[in-house]
Amino acid sequence: MSAAATPLVDIAGVRLTYGGIDGTLAVDQLNLTVAPGEFVAVVGPSGCGKSSLMKLVTGLLAPSAGSVSVAGQTVRGPVKIVGMAFQNASLLPWRTTLDNLMLPLEIVEPYRSRIGRERASFQQDARKLLASVGLAGFESKFPWQLSGGMQQRASLCRALIHQPSLLMLDEPFAALDAFTREELWDVLQGIWIQRGFTTILVTHDLREAVYLADTVHVMSARPGRIVASYKVQLPRPRTLESSFLPEFSHLVQKLREHIRTERGAADAAQVA
Amino acid sequence: MSRKLLGQLMPVITLLGLLLLWEFGCIVFSVPEFVLPKPSRVIETLITSFGPIWFHAQHTLMTTLVGFVIAVVVGVLLGVFVGSSRLAYQALYPLLVGFNSVPKVALVPVLVVWFGIGTAPAILTAFMLSFFPVAVNVAIGLATLEPELEDVLRSLGASQRDIIIKVGLPRSMPYFFASLKIAITLAFVGSVIAETLASNVGIGTLVEQASANFRMPLVFAGLAVVAAMGIAMYAIFAGIERRMTSWATRSTDFGIGG
Ligand SMILES: Nc1ncnc2c1ncn2[C@@H]1O[C@H](COP(=O)(O)OP(=O)(O)OP(=O)(O)O)[C@@H](O)[C@H]1O
Ligand SMILES: [Mg+2]
Repeated sequence: MSAAATPLVDIAGVRLTYGGIDGTLAVDQLNLTVAPGEFVAVVGPSGCGKSSLMKLVTGLLAPSAGSVSVAGQTVRGPVKIVGMAFQNASLLPWRTTLDNLMLPLEIVEPYRSRIGRERASFQQDARKLLASVGLAGFESKFPWQLSGGMQQRASLCRALIHQPSLLMLDEPFAALDAFTREELWDVLQGIWIQRGFTTILVTHDLREAVYLADTVHVMSARPGRIVASYKVQLPRPRTLESSFLPEFSHLVQKLREHIRTERGAADAAQVA
Repeated sequence: MSRKLLGQLMPVITLLGLLLLWEFGCIVFSVPEFVLPKPSRVIETLITSFGPIWFHAQHTLMTTLVGFVIAVVVGVLLGVFVGSSRLAYQALYPLLVGFNSVPKVALVPVLVVWFGIGTAPAILTAFMLSFFPVAVNVAIGLATLEPELEDVLRSLGASQRDIIIKVGLPRSMPYFFASLKIAITLAFVGSVIAETLASNVGIGTLVEQASANFRMPLVFAGLAVVAAMGIAMYAIFAGIERRMTSWATRSTDFGIGG
């Protein structure tokens, strides 16, 4: 994870405007690099452009200025080496959990052209993945038969089934209760340690950011850019005990103050 | 008696109650038969004229079903087209709404000029009346795809076609099946209207000729048969709907009336 390694994600001087020239300026002067295998968390005041950042990296939106590159290539369209999960699990209600997991394999090459012949072995992989997040035995249940936390686990699996090298998470646990959320931190950390993919996690939960990330980036109010970055030095795997350490609370506190300042700056700008 | 059984019997009880009221109303106010026949006379006519009524009813049923099938095919194609492309939506939706607002009765004479008196105008009227709800419902199912799900799929490199086949179409199935029961009843309205104006077979024709001869019991018998066929078809498609899309009524993020 040295800074010298070529970054997996490189965002350089990016600006994004929604809706024409005099539209909303969502992010401006955005610079961010993510090393291969790194777990990055992005925090910032609401509406600062975090979701926009996700769309830029996955190639769903093109920057108005600057450049985004992933795995050494400039992003020009949908980046196929990513998996995504959101606050809303958005599983397909007419498919079982297992079949929901198969969806990406029906779309992404090389799985797509092999799924006809190798469905059984793909299903085996999907079962294993489900078991690793504690969903063994729920393969043939429909999404509406799962709890919110279970749906989110399945959604995480769907984001990972095609072995992406980059996982993008936009407030994936925001709708869950505190206990389930902390359980899922460990689930996510577990798979990440085991598989070693790169992760960008957008969250409003500062404890979540510190618990999971190697680096926490703080964004300014809109137009968003990175105003501070903190390395989290706590050893892995982190546990709930780590979250009681003074370093942990200290960092959470520092992030909180940062965001408060950013929010204040935004409010002041509105008044002026 | 269980609530469920009572619920199922309720429509029958209501119907019997209304018929009784009607019967007594006719007797008490001594309404002449050529104005409003008693239900007992209508039922009597249903039995005595069963042969001709059945002949015309069969014809109407066939005409309606053919028009309905065409409507389903065209409706689905239009719905997919309009629901999957913003441009097609903008180009076609106002036209569709405009077309749907035109009273189809006014088009029957035009159809007669083009196709002559007979079955063709009836089939086409049934079609014109019933394709709209199918098209709109399919389009709604496709167009209301959750943006996040679309992002997930597009980031995987899914083409527009992939998205429609994997998610759009299955997702619009509940809307589609809900529209079928509406469409089949509209198709009956369409075919009977056209038969009344421009045909020599079908319940519409039967009713038209009977009323010209002041045979009111036969008019009402014909209308009762159309209503019965409409209810039967509605029930069939409602049953198919329940069977095909049970997932939609179970999952909470899916609310469909209909
Ligand atoms: N499709 C869009 N069209 C126009 N403006 C948009 C669009 N999406 C986002 N914006 C604007 O861009 C800015 C950044 O939005 P974005 O969704 O990236 O914020 P966010 O940081 O994810 O917010 P939150 O924390 O509330 O999720 C917001 O001010 C928003 O109003
Ligand atoms: Mg957001």
